[in-house]
Amino acid sequence: MSFQEQLPIVLGSLNSGFLQTLRLFAITLLGAIPLGLVIAFGSMSRLKPLAAITRVVVWVVRGTPLMIQLLIIYYFPGLMLKTNWWGSGESGRFLAAAIAFIFNYACYFSEIYRGGIQSVPVGQQEAGLVLGMTRPQIFFRVTLLQVIKRIVPPMSNEVITLVKDTSLARIIALQEIIWAGQSFLKGSQGISGQIWPLFFTALYYLIFTGVLTVLLGRLERRLDYFR
Amino acid sequence: MAILEVENIHKQFERTQVLKGVDFRLEEGKALSIIGSSGSGKTTLLRCLNFLERPDRGRISIRGEVLFDAEDAVTRRESETRKKRLHFGLVFQNFNLFPQYTALQNVTLAGELMARERPDYRAKKREIRQELEEQATALLKSMDLGERLGNYPHQLSGGQQQRVAIARALALRPDILCFDEPTSALDPELTREVLRVIRELAARHTTMIIVTHEMRFAREVSDRVIFMDGGVVVEEGPPEQVFGSPREERTRRFLSYAEDQ
Ligand SMILES: Nc1ncnc2c1ncn2[C@@H]1O[C@H](COP(=O)(O)OP(=O)(O)OP(=O)(O)O)[C@@H](O)[C@H]1O
Ligand SMILES: [Mg+2]
Repeated sequence: MSFQEQLPIVLGSLNSGFLQTLRLFAITLLGAIPLGLVIAFGSMSRLKPLAAITRVVVWVVRGTPLMIQLLIIYYFPGLMLKTNWWGSGESGRFLAAAIAFIFNYACYFSEIYRGGIQSVPVGQQEAGLVLGMTRPQIFFRVTLLQVIKRIVPPMSNEVITLVKDTSLARIIALQEIIWAGQSFLKGSQGISGQIWPLFFTALYYLIFTGVLTVLLGRLERRLDYFR
Repeated sequence: MAILEVENIHKQFERTQVLKGVDFRLEEGKALSIIGSSGSGKTTLLRCLNFLERPDRGRISIRGEVLFDAEDAVTRRESETRKKRLHFGLVFQNFNLFPQYTALQNVTLAGELMARERPDYRAKKREIRQELEEQATALLKSMDLGERLGNYPHQLSGGQQQRVAIARALALRPDILCFDEPTSALDPELTREVLRVIRELAARHTTMIIVTHEMRFAREVSDRVIFMDGGVVVEEGPPEQVFGSPREERTRRFLSYAEDQ
């Protein structure tokens, strides 16, 4: 097969792999951004046991590789409970991966949120109180934007890392883009022993992270108008 | 009748008893300065008046209405606190302006949020906002900040920021405006412009409580002076007396020490 014949086959494969990567990326952000806030409030709770338990969970999740969490979450129900929670095939693998990723990233986000919230001086809240504002008014009208400004840079780092981390889902055979690119090494659809699809795969990542970097940089600059 | 009556305020943090029975009263339209060494409880007292701290004992009344009484559970209710706070304004040592709002927005924000509780807010939104903005603009102009309405706090000098903070507190028309060392974060030059504003307020008979380390200023601007030490009022009187011929040994020692600074 000539290169001209191989190219459309490879690109078709990479596109569907990239779609899966993109889906995992999007669902992780969609789930982890709000869940992280819940975990952050848990770890700052005035109920000491709740705060302690939350912090231990966050410590465990952040202190162990995401790959192990993926393997355990995917295989535990089948092997230990003899149930098929995740369902079979690609959709089952995606569900397990999504849950592992959301939980893992929510724990990282929660620490960023906590740092952001605690870095707003209490004087801001006191100024609001003295001016007769309610606590929700103070949170939404005074504190929140200051927190967002502070967390955008560290969140951007995490988002870029997440793009690349999605490839870890290959460990449970999720058919994301690296799985697709690598299949042409061993042989797939009549193409084998080819390294160049992997260079194309890398290019997909590069373009995607490039676009994200530009967008996140723009967001950061939009919040530059105050200190 | 006194506009403000403070009786027997006690406040303890963990093991330290900070206020040990503070009493004083303040007449409407008068300026009261509170002086005293570091740690004597001046900030804590202002924070109690503004309901940022809850006294363990004592009473706070305005125009005879009891706002707070440690013995009376009804007056301790958290839900009422927000309205009671509005009797007082507080200007902080480090300004605490809202960084994401312009000078003008800093002054209008609280009033706007408050206006939302009015039943006619939806119908008259534009007029209400415009009125708030006009009032805030006039206030800022009176403080020489007419050119600075659209500036964000980080674009202003410390003295300008503090004047915006004063305007922000005044916009809610508090009965009593409290200052906690309003100039101690400022250079001497910037201090002057802030003191000028406070002096003008005094000339217009704004009821004020001023915690300050600026002895000359306190002497010149206030109608009454309180010297605090160790969580109690040691001496109280007109400035000529407290500064000129203090009765108490502790006051004398503090003043001679302050002079050396
Ligand atoms: N939240 C708190 N928890 C524990 N101790 C506190 C708290 N706030 C104040 N204190 C203590 O109370 C004492 C009085 O503090 P306060 O700030 O009222 O003094 P001050 O007269 O304003 O002093 P300064 O002139 O330095 O501002 C200090 O010993 C301080 O350490
Ligand atoms: Mg103080």
